[in-house]
Amino acid sequence: MAKRGNVHPYIPNSVPDVREEMLREVGARDADSLYREMIPERLMLARRMRLPEPLTAERDLRRHMESLLATNRTCEETLSFLGGGCWQHYVPAVCDEIVRRSEFLTAYSGGPYSDLGRFQAYFEFQSLMGDLLEMDVVGVTTYDWGAAAGNAIRMASRLTGRREVLVPSVMSPRRLAILRNFAQPEGMPEHIRLTTVRNDPRTGRLDLKDLRRKISTRTAAVYLENPSYLGVIESQGNAISDIAHDHGAESIVGVDPLSLGVLSPPSAYGADIVCGEAQPLGVHMYAGGGLAGFLASRDEERYVAEFPSLLVGITRTERDGEWGFAHCRYDRTSYIARDQAKDWVGTATGLWSIAAATYMALLGPEGFRELGETILQRSHYVARRLSEIRGVRVLFPDFFKEFVVNFDRTRKGVRAVNRGLLRQGIFGGHDLGKEFPDLGRSALYCVTEIHSQEDLDRLVAAVREVVS
Amino acid sequence: MTDGALRRYHAPVWNEPVVSELGRRGERGIFVPSTENGIRKAVGPARTLVPKGMRRRVPPRLPELSQPQVLRHFLRLSQSVLGMDLNIDLGEGTCTMKHSPKVHEEVLRRIAEVHPLQDPETIQGLLEILYEFGHTFLREISGLDAFSFQPGGGSEAVYTNACILRKHLERRGELETRNEIITTIFSHPCDAASPATAGFKIVTLYPDERMGRPTTEALKAAVSKHTAGLFITNPEDTGIFNTEIDEWTRIVHEAGGLCAYDQANANAILGVTRAREAGFDMGFFNLHKTFSSPHGSDGPACGAVGVTRELERYLPVPVVTFDGSKYRLEYDRPDSIGKVRDFLGSVPVVVRAYAWALSLGADGLRQVAETSMLNNRYLEKKILAIPGVGKPYAVDARVDQIRYSWQKLKDETGVGTEDIERRMVDYGIQSYFLSHHPWVVPEPFTPEPCETYSKADIDYWATVLRQVAAEAYADPQTVKSAPHRSSISKMDPAPFDDPARWAMTWRAFLRKRGAGERARGTAGPRGP
Repeated sequence: MAKRGNVHPYIPNSVPDVREEMLREVGARDADSLYREMIPERLMLARRMRLPEPLTAERDLRRHMESLLATNRTCEETLSFLGGGCWQHYVPAVCDEIVRRSEFLTAYSGGPYSDLGRFQAYFEFQSLMGDLLEMDVVGVTTYDWGAAAGNAIRMASRLTGRREVLVPSVMSPRRLAILRNFAQPEGMPEHIRLTTVRNDPRTGRLDLKDLRRKISTRTAAVYLENPSYLGVIESQGNAISDIAHDHGAESIVGVDPLSLGVLSPPSAYGADIVCGEAQPLGVHMYAGGGLAGFLASRDEERYVAEFPSLLVGITRTERDGEWGFAHCRYDRTSYIARDQAKDWVGTATGLWSIAAATYMALLGPEGFRELGETILQRSHYVARRLSEIRGVRVLFPDFFKEFVVNFDRTRKGVRAVNRGLLRQGIFGGHDLGKEFPDLGRSALYCVTEIHSQEDLDRLVAAVREVVS
Repeated sequence: MTDGALRRYHAPVWNEPVVSELGRRGERGIFVPSTENGIRKAVGPARTLVPKGMRRRVPPRLPELSQPQVLRHFLRLSQSVLGMDLNIDLGEGTCTMKHSPKVHEEVLRRIAEVHPLQDPETIQGLLEILYEFGHTFLREISGLDAFSFQPGGGSEAVYTNACILRKHLERRGELETRNEIITTIFSHPCDAASPATAGFKIVTLYPDERMGRPTTEALKAAVSKHTAGLFITNPEDTGIFNTEIDEWTRIVHEAGGLCAYDQANANAILGVTRAREAGFDMGFFNLHKTFSSPHGSDGPACGAVGVTRELERYLPVPVVTFDGSKYRLEYDRPDSIGKVRDFLGSVPVVVRAYAWALSLGADGLRQVAETSMLNNRYLEKKILAIPGVGKPYAVDARVDQIRYSWQKLKDETGVGTEDIERRMVDYGIQSYFLSHHPWVVPEPFTPEPCETYSKADIDYWATVLRQVAAEAYADPQTVKSAPHRSSISKMDPAPFDDPARWAMTWRAFLRKRGAGERARGTAGPRGP
């Protein structure tokens, strides 16, 4: 490879003359001698690192990266029915345009004057999410739904001084694993016991009898998801919140915000704290890299005081008619309070807040309604068609976007079905066999607005062929 | 531009309303696909598919905007942001505001529509990148043995380190007795906050007045049979490198604890000094800092967690493995801490970091480090020549950044570091980083001139700083009332901490301050 005198396009001061000039200015012979002033010899790496030869020409780098990634299959060229916590929705071109803007893409922690637009966009994310949720306090997005739920149960534990949270037995095992870390292991002083509440095996909804049996005055919160991990619409939200409140517990609901054009928001059935996943709102899946959790609560000082996330508020400036935006109660965050803070806050998913704000502004109330209706009709259509296939059953009747398809009465297991589907250019539903053995040979299918009737009919034909 | 000349800068002033104030009833920003007639006929109206009590009765009170309105609004917001691409962003210390190559963004389009639950057979290329970046690059750069890219940021990476430590103690039956984490006040606040969230008590060491870091004696006094571990940055926020760090890790190990290295900012020591030689058991790199992934206005980010062979079994699942022909996702790891983030973590951030490291290689990475360090030394010369600036602590040589102080300027003029910060913005310079809290260094600021900035950039930045300091002496009011050439003028901060007045959503704002505040007087989204 051609040596270019150690000059690198990303490093302006790699030009030898400039480097010499700067070394002279600081009175040093070379960089090594400067390091030696600071770092003891015994801690220095005495050799050159053993790394692959660099691809310094952009063309070579791009070719290498693209040839690696070209071996992937994506949900663009393969018809996909995967969901389970990351969902393929249509991302409007305006969302891509906005998040690719250099200003948003490369900003970080500038102040509220130099980064006015970033702060305003965060406030708007909070506002539009507040409109969807009908809640007054919403924070900037955190890592993912799991982290938001973890923050929520810890908030509830601090608010109530109690150390037990009831969670549904049907929830994403990955999210539950995240929650278990937030809840700390037994033997630690702030350990929160996570007790699972059964789901009705016929409807998929929470078993209220089991909830009543398990709730007590030691319960900090009842955590519910709607729709559930299996797509089931929980219609007993009011009763569940009432049971929680009767025992002095908080009602926490995790929600897919994209469903809220057609489904009641959790605040309408008594939720005190709401969390969920913002990825459906205008963010590509990026193999899971598109996730962004959100957290919302009542606008009461005691809730806000327990919030770990950044909360951007609005104010007036010295100039008439001008808005300004900055952090509310910043001293509660770990940036100020360190180990005395409420959990921690850190760099998470700011850009996805901006994508979601753009998405919600584009859709508006009618867009959310139509989107919800399209997803309801298309998912129910294909569920019905699939259940017409001999031996194929759809387990729970009331669902949004995702539903469970069971193959027990066919001769095929989910893996075999998915292998067969893959041969026809289809990613079948996520295999639930290991996660929920009680469901038998079942898979979680996800249908969104991206699936046309033709796509759905193609799936039905392919499944029919594979199981017969 | 000739040396010493300042730009005539002014930020865009769009006076842009909040999006909730825009649009008119009936406007639409985008249509989503509507259901085909065949489907409608088969399943009937959508509302009948929702159980009665769960149908949304009142539509969300979102604004209604046409597409050009939405685009224009958010473009105007973007223009009111001083992104790294647009300015000499070397003031944001501890953040490593470096160039993010645009070619990475092009490449990333190829994974935009990859689902994380796809069969690993269908994402072999992606898994190869994840595997190679850990096994070939980060292993060599850190000397640690195994990596996970699950944590979605530096603070979550510290938390992951704490969860790994927790599991290690649990396995040894020491969880209840070893419950203290030692950190230093000049380590990032998350080195205290994240382990605290994981259930540990935090012991914070303060710097010795002279050397600018805690003495080894202070560490010795802090360790005990309760010590679970040490979570520490090195060099610390001051840019001071702890020359006895290997002694520190030895002391903690001897006491029975483990050591976690916060390498969020490793930029100036790439290829120079490593976690392994310093005796660390685990640590992390911020791929959105040192490894060029753009900061994204505050993420998506990735804290790449590394551990020694002994701790590998605790890493979050899944772990990417390679058997010589196929890459797999391994979930069956009984000692794993489970998960900290869903699926595989911040995959696009890792893809960019891999591309960046590959475009530099061993010599290039070392050059990144040397240039950053040299830039810091060079900027120091310029800054210390400015009246009113101080550089606390007797340790002269600093690595990647320096925490300076405006205390002298404040005493002499009444102008403090926050005033200077706001005034810098008037010259088109992103507000600099002051310090984490508490301000151990009074009136602090912490620039980090990483390898991205040219000598001329550094000169210009120092010239602006000198100009603002001169203004502080000549005309302090101008600095105190800044900004004057930014997108907005000085804010009334009172509502931010007042429960009766704060508003984190537009609906809360309307409820609390009512229609009187809707000063613009035009028809809002509910207008005729």
